[in-house]
Amino acid sequence: MTPIPHATPSRRQVFGIAAVNFGLIMFLLLYAGIAILQPNYLEAGLFMNFLRRAAPLIILAGGQLYVILTGGFDLSMGAVVTLVVLAASILVNGDPNATWPMIGVLYLMGLAVGLINGLVVAYLKVPSIVTTLGTMLLTNGVALTWSGGAARGDLPDNFRDLGRFVAHDVWLIGTLPMAVIVLIVFMVIAGWGLHGTVYGKRAIAIGDNARAADLAGIPVAATRIAAFVVSALAAVTAGILVGGFSGVSVNAGSGLALQAIAACVVGGAQLLGGRGTIWSALFGALSLFSLFTLLNLAGLPQALRDSIQGLILIAALGASAWRERRKA
Amino acid sequence: MSIEARPQAVRFGRPFRFSFAFVLFLISVAIYVCTAVVTGEVNQLSLAGLSGLFQRMVALGLVGLGQTFVILVGSIDLSVAALISVVAVLASFIMHGEPAMIAPAIVACLLVCLVAGCVNGMLVGFGRINPLIATLGTGLVMQGVLSTAFSFMPGSVAPRFEAFAYSSLFGIPYPVCLLVILAIGASRVLSSTPFGARIYSVGGNPEGARMAGIRTERVVLGAHLIASLFAGVAGLFLAARLQSGTPWVGRDGIYDLESIAVTVIGGTILAGGNGGVAGTMAGVLLFASLDASFNMLGVDAFVKQVLRGAIVIAAVAVHAVGNKEHVA
Repeated sequence: MTPIPHATPSRRQVFGIAAVNFGLIMFLLLYAGIAILQPNYLEAGLFMNFLRRAAPLIILAGGQLYVILTGGFDLSMGAVVTLVVLAASILVNGDPNATWPMIGVLYLMGLAVGLINGLVVAYLKVPSIVTTLGTMLLTNGVALTWSGGAARGDLPDNFRDLGRFVAHDVWLIGTLPMAVIVLIVFMVIAGWGLHGTVYGKRAIAIGDNARAADLAGIPVAATRIAAFVVSALAAVTAGILVGGFSGVSVNAGSGLALQAIAACVVGGAQLLGGRGTIWSALFGALSLFSLFTLLNLAGLPQALRDSIQGLILIAALGASAWRERRKA
Repeated sequence: MSIEARPQAVRFGRPFRFSFAFVLFLISVAIYVCTAVVTGEVNQLSLAGLSGLFQRMVALGLVGLGQTFVILVGSIDLSVAALISVVAVLASFIMHGEPAMIAPAIVACLLVCLVAGCVNGMLVGFGRINPLIATLGTGLVMQGVLSTAFSFMPGSVAPRFEAFAYSSLFGIPYPVCLLVILAIGASRVLSSTPFGARIYSVGGNPEGARMAGIRTERVVLGAHLIASLFAGVAGLFLAARLQSGTPWVGRDGIYDLESIAVTVIGGTILAGGNGGVAGTMAGVLLFASLDASFNMLGVDAFVKQVLRGAIVIAAVAVHAVGNKEHVA
């Protein structure tokens, strides 16, 4: 038997930092590009605004990361965002008093989707990519049936403020958008869940080798289900923010699930599980969003932006595959 | 898509696979016949009605055949939807209604497909990039370039080319004949050529296949070339059927995700190495007969989407449930 060099914990740690650095470096480079085109992006105010617009994608990536670490995918996130936006406008329907109870209802809906995803994957053994594809169609269908295929109802100001309210005259940074507070709270909780609890260790162990984790006594099914629930709840949170600042539309969430997966990958999380930190989600999403912003400022048509996003994705994964092979 | 061979693959041996496809076939026929009888639309059971049903199968069936090859080899292809759009647009752009340009258009389209398949295969096989992200990336690139270049309807196909999609031989439409011939051909390739055997072995156990002297990268490349060619044929069919291609024809049909769904429903395992063409065709028939039945029953388009999502999950769960191994 040959010794297995990769099994030593110290080595993993080193790689974790290296992976984070890649996402962070990419974000800094892209943001520098933005600053060259538009120097006032260096002001605190515009940076806060940038964060505010990036918040939904970062939150989605944070949720998606839980599922990716356990070795799965969650394609249903975008559909959950659409459902949340449409459902919120129908349920709340312009009544400010209904906002908080209805946000509770929205989270219950997210919980239901997450539980369905998790239970189907864990007990019916359907691969998560197929399961969440199914729930994506299902959730989208429910949202469109319920709303009749068009946006209706209205969101009151106190609901929309979650996404668009900006506090002025804050010490040191000038302005502080509400969405950034939501973002920080969410990411702190998500990061604590992954790195401060036993749960995170279990999730990574399962993603690395589910059978070994099972034999070691880790509750594989429960851990997987929890990951899908976290992911769906993140999608609800992102949906509330999206509803707040872009208003109600039937394709509010289209493409977001794949962007969230892409963000995690760019940040250095490994698809099919076993490696990744909360920083991968944060810096990956920030890199992706600053890329969108940069291409937008450069005046490229929307469609070509998609192409460049595709190239960046391939390059990011190609680079990580290359690093991997050089190590082996 | 996981790389390791999974012990449960033994359960889906050859005899089971064929009987499973056959059972799925019988269920689809039963659904179709029962709905036709219950709703009183008995004329749907005539030759004309049935050929209408089979016409629905052609586009998805062609893409599904190609997808079966890549999934069998342990990869996946998300770029087919974009490729279909590229081919449909390119065909109508080059033909521009001129019968003389039919052959050059077809050749050009298939060349584009070869290039696309080659890029996918190189990235996945030689670059070791996760197939999900690699093909997602190439799909984004193609879609972006296409919609930047053609934001309008680029001409239309030649009338004689269009006639191909609508005329028939002894009451059987030409496209259906084409699908049947290609399906039989694909099945022969998989079951009785060395290439087919290599596909199964690379998908089942890539490391073992390499040890046995198979150049696994080339097999992966070959499977991707086949998938792209099938997507191209589907694109040509859609161009003929719709008289001209639009840049969104592939994306609107969700051919990427639906082709994966029918392949998996047909019993081909996402991890690769087990399954076959018969199952995929049965899966396509299931989708087509459900679609036709929903139309006969007058189900709302959005509710149809909900049911479709539930059916995808249920159909895959039927043969995944009871699996002792963990899936992600």
